[in-house]
Amino acid sequence: MNETETRAKIREIVKQFASENREPDASESLFESGMLDSFVLPEMVSALEEAFHICVPDADLNPRHFESLARIEAYVASRV
Amino acid sequence: MAFIQAFGAYLPSRIVSNAELAARLGCEADWIEQASGIAERRYAAEDESVADLAVRAAQDCLACTGRPASDVQLVIVASGSEPRRFPGPAAVVANRLGLDGVPALDVPVASAGGLIGMVMGNALAATYPVVLIVAAEKMSNLVMREPADKNIAILFGDGAGACLLDAERGTARVVDHALHSDGAFAASLALQADGTLSMDGRSVILHASRKLPRVVSEVLERNQLSPGDVPVYLMHQANQNLMDAVARALRVPADRLFSNIRNYGNTSSASLFLAAAEWQAAGGFQTGVPVVFAVFGAGFHWGALLATGV
Repeated sequence: MNETETRAKIREIVKQFASENREPDASESLFESGMLDSFVLPEMVSALEEAFHICVPDADLNPRHFESLARIEAYVASRV
Repeated sequence: MAFIQAFGAYLPSRIVSNAELAARLGCEADWIEQASGIAERRYAAEDESVADLAVRAAQDCLACTGRPASDVQLVIVASGSEPRRFPGPAAVVANRLGLDGVPALDVPVASAGGLIGMVMGNALAATYPVVLIVAAEKMSNLVMREPADKNIAILFGDGAGACLLDAERGTARVVDHALHSDGAFAASLALQADGTLSMDGRSVILHASRKLPRVVSEVLERNQLSPGDVPVYLMHQANQNLMDAVARALRVPADRLFSNIRNYGNTSSASLFLAAAEWQAAGGFQTGVPVVFAVFGAGFHWGALLATGV
């Protein structure tokens, strides 16, 4: 999966769990803007693991890694 | 492995509704219920201590068994909200039960404390055959300190629960258990020495949602059981949304996770025994039927215990 495909896939997963149907900015806090709440975060992390065939170890279970599209992209890139 | 004889409970009489709390915290009552599944909680009286709550729960537990307090050979008291650094409430609780000279140990680890007490009691029952485990919390003292954080204050309530273990007889046998700890996230949920309670809710939920199903599966797999084989899960009552997420992860119907959080809120370590006591009153253990207890809390500490009705 190239960078563009990865970015598109991450946007698709975030949309799946978002409470609003809109395109967030890459650096926008998905939690502070209300697009994601705490209770969908664990399921979104599981969806990222499945989509990118990665394992998020407990040590990386820091919500900041999943705070924005840009942060999710950086984290996924570090794991694949 | 020891046997579970009975559970006990004590809840302070004062009911604090979402409407009352919302007015004090400057938020909406509906938002509290939506965010937590909690409709009301109990607050202890100003002069009611953690030890007072614990003694009442212990007495209720002993009354359920019909046994005198003098049978108890070891007392374990879990509390994360006891304001005195030392001695903890265990020795006071033992004294108030007339158990002077009986060893009394404190487990000061908040939400996971009840289950940790059960695991310790189970192991120590070989030496002290009758073990009384009590979990008591006066969370209102902590969460309603000014300036109160509404995201924390809406969740917690006061209460106490107890469990009596016996090395030789009871209504269920402890089959297996697993405990884990990870201090890397200690700051995610912490009570500082000055009484300040801080919580990174997202971090707590993220870890609990993954660690609870995992530890339950760990214990079940070791005993050739799957989550669907267990009709009742008795959990730390942290948040209804979290319990629903754990049920989804275990792929079991949400109603298999016994819940009374709507009426009492999150009572930290006490919640496991408050749930167990209410479940016991509605019928409790049945011969040959497995029941799983599971907790997660500050530390992080988490664990699960499998028991089967006899």
